[in-house]
Amino acid sequence: MSWNKKHLLDIESLSLDEILNVLDTARAFKAVGERAIKKVPALRGKTVVNLFVEPSTRTRISFELAEQRLSADIINFSAEASSFKKGETLKDTALNLQALNADFIVIRHSASGAPHFLSRVLDAHIINAGDGAHEHPTQALLDAFTIRERKGRIAGLNVTILGDILYSRVARSNIWALLKLGARVTLCGPSTLVPKTFEQMGCRVTYNVDEALRDADIIHLLRIQHERQRKTMFPGIGEYTKLFGLNKERLARAKPEALIMHPGPINRGVEIDSEIADCKRSLILEQVTNGLAVRMAVLFLLNGGQGPQELA
Amino acid sequence: MPESTVILDAAAIGRALARIAHEIAERNENSTEVALVGIPAGGNVLAQRLGKILSEIWKHPVPLGTLDVSMHRDDLAQRAAPRIHPTVMPFDVNGKTVVLVDDVLFSGRTTRAAMDALNDFGRPKKIQLAVLVDRGHRELPIKADFVGKNVPTALDEKIHVQIGEKDEVILERK
Repeated sequence: MSWNKKHLLDIESLSLDEILNVLDTARAFKAVGERAIKKVPALRGKTVVNLFVEPSTRTRISFELAEQRLSADIINFSAEASSFKKGETLKDTALNLQALNADFIVIRHSASGAPHFLSRVLDAHIINAGDGAHEHPTQALLDAFTIRERKGRIAGLNVTILGDILYSRVARSNIWALLKLGARVTLCGPSTLVPKTFEQMGCRVTYNVDEALRDADIIHLLRIQHERQRKTMFPGIGEYTKLFGLNKERLARAKPEALIMHPGPINRGVEIDSEIADCKRSLILEQVTNGLAVRMAVLFLLNGGQGPQELA
Repeated sequence: MPESTVILDAAAIGRALARIAHEIAERNENSTEVALVGIPAGGNVLAQRLGKILSEIWKHPVPLGTLDVSMHRDDLAQRAAPRIHPTVMPFDVNGKTVVLVDDVLFSGRTTRAAMDALNDFGRPKKIQLAVLVDRGHRELPIKADFVGKNVPTALDEKIHVQIGEKDEVILERK
């Protein structure tokens, strides 16, 4: 099936075929990263703007390297050193970038819907690198890639997402992707951060960690996002660790083949025990490697033109 | 209704591949330097067939690879992103004579992309090109070293190469 989406704004609007297309394409790009020459000319002459209005390290670095390995030209634009400080609106900033003939804009923004807004006012391809608490589509795609690579499939697996679901764009994108791919998704965390409304998406919601972990094939941990939380959400980090942190005792009650994922940055000793983060069952660093391949695949697919896929 | 003509049947394809294999053997005296690399999707199975015949001629196995060229194409912006096939290069291309194998030679752009892609793996001593059908209409200065059949075509005609359950090359006229 040929790819004909212009933007990657969210997982919610992707079909199962489109998700699988990204995952298959990413496999080829992962192999490129293992060669002596890790660069291919697919985006030669294209300009990519990394518009990170909200701070980010790993996602920005991953996108930058993906763009470089596809031979694109790159402009980095961060909130700290930019015109946002001087009062320019997002639309004006974006129009200025368009005036430079940017072909792609990779945007991270604290406001949900900012990438969708840009896609309506600009001609460039827009890639959502995380918008508020809404979605982080490339994270969900790299997580799905990692699960498929390690478990051979996603359909029928039990995936437990543990932590701050309410404020997590990673959780939302992952829920969409995992459900479309046929996994059973369980959400767990403090009741204030895991509202029952998520059951409407088709997830199971539980506040009992042992129950959430018992049948899990994948344990997906999320960071407590101090920066997005109001103090009223739960009493304190220490209590969170005590009630929901993944430690050896809890992990011992899970299936021995259950694997652990985390989008990073991890807070050792808060949501995850230091030893567990470094153990063989932890896929945290594989997620980083795969993120690069998935982002290359997304850029490659979006870069394609219109019309049929057939080659002369 | 498009009109279809069989231009090569199974026996003719078998003879063409046998002849190409013998031409490759004749051209390359040092058989241990030769490796075959199929260009997906059509070139892979042809490279396997040629490899089988050549290993019987030379009495030793011939290294076989498959090289996806979609990341190196020059027409990526002109159509939907191509489906990428796995690249497998289980030998060192440095110093090898690499015979690229494809089913149909048309504009030559796939071959150009293949040469660029191959260079990412090293510097072959020589690159040669074997195709089952050369249908003309080159857009680049590229010529095949080994050709199964030259088929003059019109631009709006299509060539379908089927290798597998039933070997057949069909020319489809509008």
